[in-house]
Amino acid sequence: MNFDLRSLRQQFPFFSAHPDWIYLDNAATLHKPQAVLDAMNTFYSQHNSNVHRSAHGLSQQATAAFEAARSTVAQFLNARFSHEIIWTSGTTAGFNQLVFGLMGPVLQSGDRVLISSMEHHANIVPWHIHALPFGVQLDVVPLTADHRFDLAAYSELLKLKPKVVSISHVSNALGYIQPIADIVRLAKEAGAIVVLDGAQGIVWEKIDVQALDVDFYLFSGHKLYGPTGIGVLYGKTQYLELLRPLLGGGEMIKTVSFSSSSWNDLPYRLEAGTPNMAGAIGLAAAILWLQQQDLTAFQQHKSALVQRFYAGCQQISALELLSGPTTNAGIVALNLKNEHPADLATLLDQQNIAVRAGTHCAMPLFQALNVKGSVRFSFACYNSFDEIDRTLAALATAVELLAE
Amino acid sequence: MIRPDIFTETATALKKIYVNHLPQLRQLRDWQSKYRILMTLGKELPTFDSEWHRDEFLVQGCESKAWLLHYQDPVTTQHFWAFDSDARIVKGLVILILTQVNGLTAEELAEATPELLLTELQLQQNISQSRSNGLLAVLNRVKASL
Repeated sequence: MNFDLRSLRQQFPFFSAHPDWIYLDNAATLHKPQAVLDAMNTFYSQHNSNVHRSAHGLSQQATAAFEAARSTVAQFLNARFSHEIIWTSGTTAGFNQLVFGLMGPVLQSGDRVLISSMEHHANIVPWHIHALPFGVQLDVVPLTADHRFDLAAYSELLKLKPKVVSISHVSNALGYIQPIADIVRLAKEAGAIVVLDGAQGIVWEKIDVQALDVDFYLFSGHKLYGPTGIGVLYGKTQYLELLRPLLGGGEMIKTVSFSSSSWNDLPYRLEAGTPNMAGAIGLAAAILWLQQQDLTAFQQHKSALVQRFYAGCQQISALELLSGPTTNAGIVALNLKNEHPADLATLLDQQNIAVRAGTHCAMPLFQALNVKGSVRFSFACYNSFDEIDRTLAALATAVELLAE
Repeated sequence: MIRPDIFTETATALKKIYVNHLPQLRQLRDWQSKYRILMTLGKELPTFDSEWHRDEFLVQGCESKAWLLHYQDPVTTQHFWAFDSDARIVKGLVILILTQVNGLTAEELAEATPELLLTELQLQQNISQSRSNGLLAVLNRVKASL
């Protein structure tokens, strides 16, 4: 391991506030290193002014910091231009803008969109709201028998010529890393616009949007050690320019009269209203922090955590494991035979183990798996082997209690 | 069809729990023993026919499903419930709530604070935190029966 876990944990003040807890709900939100909190504090205490608008020098300072944050994200993703980074409030908001924006200019009645069985509701419901009522049809890539993305079925469904393919980079419920290089390549060969939901994937591996040739990539700041309320919709210029803005208002216009308005250039056209300035600066600080860390060591550590936890769970015979330990970004989903996941999660909560129970905003996936839900253990770079062992002991206690 | 005797049978079971299990729960200090009892309370209730697992009786919770049947005696104004959940802990918690309100008149129910029992037993420190397990929704539904 190329990092010192103790000094890494010390950078996260949350843990000193809650020394009794084991936090394994990292897929829901990550904790924030001090560097992120400091950057946001500095912004509010020293640079706060509204960006792009006011004539004064203070506003220009704030604008410079805000646009520098955009450049940081652009470099992080290796986007060609900074204006290809659209600030959103998170992946969900990004998807709503994206789907709304595609309707009309790209998608019309009779067109098809292809998603997968593993999608989060954020990559399902916006299609229901903004696309299906206008005659767009949604096709779904099924799971293989071992709950993986079915590339063969995907290739077949691409023959239906979907205009847009929208797939998760990493499954939020099962943790599987999807074969995104193949997904993008095959979609491009079929002539589709490709969207990747990076909410869970962005923290796992470095994304080079140009090398990958993906058309849209979305993620949330808070799942990348950054603040809540900020996210990114990356898009290639040619496609972003097609999008109809979902939100109208200040900043996104060139001219407005009472009868009509003309829209501003990218990225502002898709960023109506005062943006989340401190959020953008916090997210950039998180990225700069992450770039100083050893991402490969993080990956190896998370994989080792998953392996150890998975192996421990296999020793408890009544557990049914829904996700396997290979090509897994740090999530183990499981159930206790004949018991409700909520009961298991409550008994873990009693032992100060923070996990999530339910269908994890992926109800259709659980319908496909034919289970009520699961208890999800999600691991991050700052979790330790000792925490895994204590969690396994707590799990054994909970299982014993439920077996009585 | 809802079998009317489900309400009288449930009332009997709730009284038994009130007499037998509540004093026990009040004495216990460690969480394991308390949850052990909590998780067996559901077995005391009469069978909840699976045909009552209907959407009209479903209380929307996030993690688990809960079905609540309600009957008010037109003469005495007393309220009676029957209940089921697919999760054992929520079922136990709701049963404890129902021991506090089942059979109360409309006037009494308006004044009732059944959630205090859970705080007293240190089973749910803050009722507002229980939104996700459906308990708060059940509690709101019970109070909305008025």
